[in-house]
Amino acid sequence: MLLAIEQILNGLQLGITLFLMSAGLTLVFGIMQVINLAHGSFYMIGAFVGATVTARSGSFLLGVLAALVAAAGTGMIVEVIVLRRLYRREHLDQVLATFGLILFFNELTRIIWGRQPLMMDVPAWLGGSIELLPGLPYPVYRLAVIVVGIAVALGLWLLFARTRLGMQIRAGASNREMTAALGVNIRLIYTLVFGLGTLLAGLAGVMAGPILAVESGMGESILILTFVVIVIGGIGSVRGAVVGALLVGMVDTLGRAFLPILFRLFFSSASADSIAASVASMAIYILMAAILVWRPRGLFPAHSS
Amino acid sequence: MMRSITRASAITVAGGLFFAVLPLVATSFGEEYFISLFSRILIYAIAAVSLDLLIGYGGMISLGHAAYVGLGAYVVGILYQHSYEGQPLFGLLPGSENALVVWPLAVLIAAVFALVIGSLCLRTSGMHFIMITLAFAQMLYYFFVGLEQYGGDDGLSIFSRNQMPVLDLNSDIQFYYLCLFFLVIYLIFVHRLVHSRFGLVIRGANSNNRRIQAIGIHSYRYRLVCFAIAGAGGGLAGALLANQTEFVSPGLLNWTLSGELMVMVLLGGLGSLFGPVLGATIFLLLEEVLAMYTEHWMVYLGPFLVIVVIFAKHGLFGLLAGRGDRNE
Repeated sequence: MLLAIEQILNGLQLGITLFLMSAGLTLVFGIMQVINLAHGSFYMIGAFVGATVTARSGSFLLGVLAALVAAAGTGMIVEVIVLRRLYRREHLDQVLATFGLILFFNELTRIIWGRQPLMMDVPAWLGGSIELLPGLPYPVYRLAVIVVGIAVALGLWLLFARTRLGMQIRAGASNREMTAALGVNIRLIYTLVFGLGTLLAGLAGVMAGPILAVESGMGESILILTFVVIVIGGIGSVRGAVVGALLVGMVDTLGRAFLPILFRLFFSSASADSIAASVASMAIYILMAAILVWRPRGLFPAHSS
Repeated sequence: MMRSITRASAITVAGGLFFAVLPLVATSFGEEYFISLFSRILIYAIAAVSLDLLIGYGGMISLGHAAYVGLGAYVVGILYQHSYEGQPLFGLLPGSENALVVWPLAVLIAAVFALVIGSLCLRTSGMHFIMITLAFAQMLYYFFVGLEQYGGDDGLSIFSRNQMPVLDLNSDIQFYYLCLFFLVIYLIFVHRLVHSRFGLVIRGANSNNRRIQAIGIHSYRYRLVCFAIAGAGGGLAGALLANQTEFVSPGLLNWTLSGELMVMVLLGGLGSLFGPVLGATIFLLLEEVLAMYTEHWMVYLGPFLVIVVIFAKHGLFGLLAGRGDRNE
């Protein structure tokens, strides 16, 4: 039972990371109609810059701040130089150009930081664990990630529902020409939205830093999970991203934790572990396939067009 | 129009001649290394042509084509391991090293997987389709990474190539010509396919699916069959690649290979059959040459790709041959 609660919290934490990734990406998909494979690169940039600045300055908060600035800054530069030219192009062109960006950023981090993974320590004031229930200690850092994620989700909702900028973004998403004709600087809005998306990716990256190894190519494994989240949730829908991220986080974590136990009931333990590991890593894709059969446009399709 | 067609066929003939005499030239200069390099190029060309059938003619932008290449390769690897260790697969089927058994099986299994995956993916379109093909390919990738019995992450070594009557596949020259033979056969097959009624439906569904359905053609089935045929081509390339490198690893299913195949198709030119062959040649040669000067060649390749996408829309074959022949 305690194991189950711990795994659910772990699932929640993975779900939060995925939400930060997919919220930004689904906006870019939904609003600019552009498919961006390089979103994982900003996650990686966040993690690398965050780890380096934290190690040099000794301050985790400074590291996080640097990661956010680096991810958002690179994101906006990339939007102005490359992505902006691709909004009106076919998806194929967008896929290829952003694939080129991935190759570039992965190799650039290898040149700057080398091939060895960086280690990032949990800051002392977030170290240790807290006893949530009697006999259930849980790392403070992971709880902090969950809290930050929920705060970001609320902040995003406020931004879109309650501010002038949020209104302009929503208007730009439903009709670009009309919004521009009403005097809204739509190009600037697009750059800002893209920067917001990469900022969230950088946040996810730097928060994952102390949990995972910071290495070149780390963005791609999370990118694919993010795609699964977006396909499940529906392109362009932040609400879908929330639900999809939590579903994927839970199914993946719980599958890895409990499928081996389940399979040991039926097979000898050695082959059970091997089969369970394979099936667990496929679980979210099976979930995605099931949802697609049921609802080809995802759980919360944003546009009816 | 007339001139560009002759230019296109002139390039194709010149390319064909080049590939036909290459081993002879390489041997006479004592550079046998080129034979194995160009065998690899021919194999990637088969995969790229099959992807071009999907993307260039069918408009189905699959970012998971490596899955079928990997499946074909794993069929060769797994059957080899069972034959080598003398243990039957699932306790029933004996392993095999006979190319006449293994290769058709590799093609068949890749096609069946493509049929299943395609039947789900083709329910969607646009961005969804791209992401879902990618996700299913990654699913298979993680499946093979987890499969400890067949090497898991480290992959499988194949100690000798498959056997075939008359030919000796361990001879690089004979293997090269066999790859060339398969490439030519597949090119002819795809050429006839896209110019048949079937191909007309596929291309029609690409430009206006609603209209195709309005004239009473159930285009989903055609597209699914097209997806399976492309998957089969990937499987063939995978089986050949496993024999060429004598090694199989999950890396073959990884999405970077899917991306690279897509780059080959684009570099060569979409919807032109010889284009992907040219694209595969240029991509792999570029990789080879750049890797000689710097291990960080991808830092140059990435921006190069972005520039090609933004400025050279019709690929190199389009630049060389003019635009007239595309899709006629």
